Amino acid sequence: MSTRLAKQGRLIDRSKKVTFTFNGTSMQGYEGDTLASALLANDQMMVGRSFKYHRPRGVVASGAEEPNALVGLGQGNRFEPNQRATTTELFNGLTAISQNHWPSLEHDIGAVNTAFARFLPAGFYYKTFIHPKPFWKHVYEPFIRQSAGLGKAPDKDSRDADTYEHFYAFTDVLVIGGGVAGLQAAKAAAASGAKVLLIEQSAYWGGRAPVDGGTVNDEPVDKFVEQLVSELETMDNVSMRSRCMGAGVYDHGYVLGYERLTDHTPGVQGPRHRLWRIRAKQIVTATGAIERPLSFAGNDVPGVMLASAMRDYAVNWGVNPGERVIVATNNDDAYRTAITLKQAGVDVLRIVDARATAGPLAEEARQLGIRVDPGKAIAKVKGGKRVKKVAICNQEGVGGAREEVEADAVAMSGGWSPVVHMWSHCGGKLTWDDANAFFRPDPSRPPLGANGEGFVLAAGASNGALVLGDVLTDAHAVGKAAAKAAGFKPKNIKAPVGETTAEAPMEAVWLMPANAEIQLRMKSWLDFQNDVKVSDVQLAAREGYESVEHTKRYTTLGMATDQGKLSNINGLAILADALESEIPKVGTTTFRPPYTPISMGAIGGEARGEVFQPIRQTPMHNWHDRNGADWEPVGHWRRTYAYVRPGESVHDAVNREVKNTRDNLGLLDASTLGKLIVKGPDAGKFLDIMYTNMMSTLIVGKCRYGLMCSENGFLIDDGVVARIDKDTWLCHTTTGGAERIHGHMEEWLQTEWWDWKVYVANVTEQYAQVAVVGPNARKVLEKLNAQAGGGMDLSKEALPFMEWRDGKIGEFDARAYRISFSGELSYEIAVPASQGQAFWDALFEAGQEFGVMPYGTECLHILRAEKGFIMIGDETDGTVIPQDLGLHWALSKKKEDYLGKRAHSRSHMADPERWKLVGLETVDGSVLPDGAYAVGEGVNANGQRNMIGRVTSTYFSANLGKGIAMGLIKHGPDRMGEIVEFPGTDGKTYKAKIVDPIFFDKDGEKQNV
Amino acid sequence: MLILNCPYCGVDAEETELAAGGEAHLKRFGPGSSDDEFHDYLFMRENPKGVHFERWRHANGCGKWFHAARCTNTLEVFGTYTAQTSEPPQDIKDAIAAKRPGWTWREFS
Repeated sequence: MSTRLAKQGRLIDRSKKVTFTFNGTSMQGYEGDTLASALLANDQMMVGRSFKYHRPRGVVASGAEEPNALVGLGQGNRFEPNQRATTTELFNGLTAISQNHWPSLEHDIGAVNTAFARFLPAGFYYKTFIHPKPFWKHVYEPFIRQSAGLGKAPDKDSRDADTYEHFYAFTDVLVIGGGVAGLQAAKAAAASGAKVLLIEQSAYWGGRAPVDGGTVNDEPVDKFVEQLVSELETMDNVSMRSRCMGAGVYDHGYVLGYERLTDHTPGVQGPRHRLWRIRAKQIVTATGAIERPLSFAGNDVPGVMLASAMRDYAVNWGVNPGERVIVATNNDDAYRTAITLKQAGVDVLRIVDARATAGPLAEEARQLGIRVDPGKAIAKVKGGKRVKKVAICNQEGVGGAREEVEADAVAMSGGWSPVVHMWSHCGGKLTWDDANAFFRPDPSRPPLGANGEGFVLAAGASNGALVLGDVLTDAHAVGKAAAKAAGFKPKNIKAPVGETTAEAPMEAVWLMPANAEIQLRMKSWLDFQNDVKVSDVQLAAREGYESVEHTKRYTTLGMATDQGKLSNINGLAILADALESEIPKVGTTTFRPPYTPISMGAIGGEARGEVFQPIRQTPMHNWHDRNGADWEPVGHWRRTYAYVRPGESVHDAVNREVKNTRDNLGLLDASTLGKLIVKGPDAGKFLDIMYTNMMSTLIVGKCRYGLMCSENGFLIDDGVVARIDKDTWLCHTTTGGAERIHGHMEEWLQTEWWDWKVYVANVTEQYAQVAVVGPNARKVLEKLNAQAGGGMDLSKEALPFMEWRDGKIGEFDARAYRISFSGELSYEIAVPASQGQAFWDALFEAGQEFGVMPYGTECLHILRAEKGFIMIGDETDGTVIPQDLGLHWALSKKKEDYLGKRAHSRSHMADPERWKLVGLETVDGSVLPDGAYAVGEGVNANGQRNMIGRVTSTYFSANLGKGIAMGLIKHGPDRMGEIVEFPGTDGKTYKAKIVDPIFFDKDGEKQNV
Repeated sequence: MLILNCPYCGVDAEETELAAGGEAHLKRFGPGSSDDEFHDYLFMRENPKGVHFERWRHANGCGKWFHAARCTNTLEVFGTYTAQTSEPPQDIKDAIAAKRPGWTWREFS
């Protein structure tokens, strides 16, 4: 059983007890514990179940690489699944639950999968869930969904109760990792005067050096770390952040740091996580190395742990992971674990060393009375929910002639792999180090920055230096090199001298025993979380998978939340062996950020709720809000869909507004319409290119409706253009199009016709614009003039249709456009934005006797549809050309060129089979479903009915008392009066007659008064 | 996240400030061009692994379009320059040739 040792525990404070719960059971730990160390101290060997076979799983590692000890943390709005117990700092009141089991961790129905393991090999899903097709929806998909995912998703109605923030930082040298290498590199770089930022993912400095021991400058290494940290803390050009992980390295020296501010002190004010967005001239990765498991049968049983992790638990947290421990290794480092445990009073039964000979540490172990078995291997670990027995055999051979030993914990070490993630994220290449059997950064092929030079350097263990002395020498040199590359002159100070213990070479051991029989290989785990075994990778190779990337996806090796930190190299070696190839030839899978999962909250930062996106408001926004506005988002604007009165439905309100505007007087806030000023000696020429119609000939004081196409001929916007003076035009765009069309004009001006003398300015927000619409429109404006004792002449003669005038209306500085999107007598009046609300109020007050009502966008839509006016975004969708909409009249034949002209002569554009605009009326007066497709004769190659058109706009017209619609129909204009069928998504088929799209006042008598 | 220097306002702008605009130095074909010319102008683009010329707009900055000469493989930036030109200026060509011996204008590799 695992217990707390009487002594040891450099990171815990035994005077401060901490209470927490695991699966509802109250447990105790100490301040400084991780959740993993506290669970082990409470003999909680089993902490979860694996993904596929629901095998019992225990803590296997002590840091970010942990694949097994994933728990659900917190409750309610603070619940989070899949949190690593090894990197979770313990606090009072922590609640954790284990995952992937039912009904309980101890008794799990899903564990039956392990009995069928031989029927659930690699690629099981691909092989099984294929036929029959109808099974997909009702059998396979529900089954796969049920078994997918490890932890439970938070409740869908819960909202994250914490806050998060982004933080921008710029530095000369960024050092990722605060172990001895990172600290020394930071110091060497900072001595040059360079600005240095040092980040460390854990809560403490020094990495694993204080656990591994040794001396620096003849002092114990932990003293050296202490001195170095306090030295760096006093330097003004050095910033240090612990609990801040380097998450990813990106192009041109961009790095994301993930700082966990209050995970360990819940309830403290302030953001929970902070996302650091760092730009560094040079990056030093001092990210250490991760120990590899050994592949032997039963290496996944709770109680089997990495040797280094077992040492960490003993030294850092005073936890003894077992009472009778066996150490299995292929290198000298694991002897340190045996020695540490033995000195702590643990019974270390023996060291099983796959090699024939070990280094001096073996002698030290023997002197402590530990039995060392060279050339031996673990054949199998027995036990279900914890280790019970260990069968030992010769490393050479298939695993016969076993000797069984009773034990309750196994420490394993298959060698070390440098953490090369940060080096690799942005394209740094690796080289295979045969002596140490690992990939390390290839310094000749670093990630390249904007200047074509490398911008990442690896230091210490992450650079392949494993011995303390080598680590410090390397880190010192790299720190200086980073400062130099960042443009600083490194100081010529001496590197600290670290102890260099002689070690015997490690031997690559990818399978234990070397020729293990199939029964053993089927129980030798590579990926603990996703349940990928040696036999699965070998099967994939037999089935023809040669690429490591394909094998990864087929077997799911390394695809779990730990991204294969423990499993990738071991799996790769098995694949290389099965392919009779070499590891460097097979290569690694791609290292992608983030290094470990980071919270969505941190990614979002402050951008949530109201500040997620700024909302644009017109000057009259608050009036609308007070007067029943039902809001509709249009771009970043909010526009009133309808003004709903008490007791009315939205539909009622729309119908009321539609009738009133035609019968009396309606006011529309049209301020959101885009307004672009185009000015300059070449402005007319420029607009002739931008619009399909001729704008240069427009007379000052007049307006013209214009269409804009993209270079490939499709309609992109429309609007009324007014000529202000000789050199100036004002172009109205759609509400959503103002910024886009402004950009479109700028693009052509700057990149194609850059010698034309034209300026474009977007003045949309400078004006409040009100459409005064209806038979009483002129009356209300004239009343305002009368009240003020003057103002512009608004008569039919003085301001005819499609003209504009500047002047006073009442008290207001106005520009009145006599234009109509409704077919009614209509003035669109622009006043300075600052006068908008007062103007609106004045109109509203003066309009009372004329039956004034404000109207919203839905009423606007219905009025324009009654008149057959098209709307960009309804009748157009990026595939529609003016000819489809019967707008030939707006395509200039006189102009040699305009955007879209050449495209309109392409064969498909001139095709008579194109769908064309028509009006549609249901035979029973009902409203056609929006977007419904019209079906014709016959079926297509997929057996679906042939489509011959679609509905583009559809409304109930209160003025006409029936549904009206527009649509694009094949040969539509030639089929007037014919009935077309529209199957709805509700199962009904709607029948509609093809009619003229102008439903109301065909001769335009109402607007021409 | 690339950093490109905006030649108009002089800012070293990061990618979030910029909008990409595809290949630079396209020749526009309008009315009077053949179907093939127009088709190629609209749709055909170079996709080199190596030296490339791109249009960028300092969209969340000064709003100006400019050109960048860049290696699509290593992300090395050879230089940025005005968009008001139909081919890269000599200093940009020289900078590329110095870094990529044998490279010549309009031969994409």
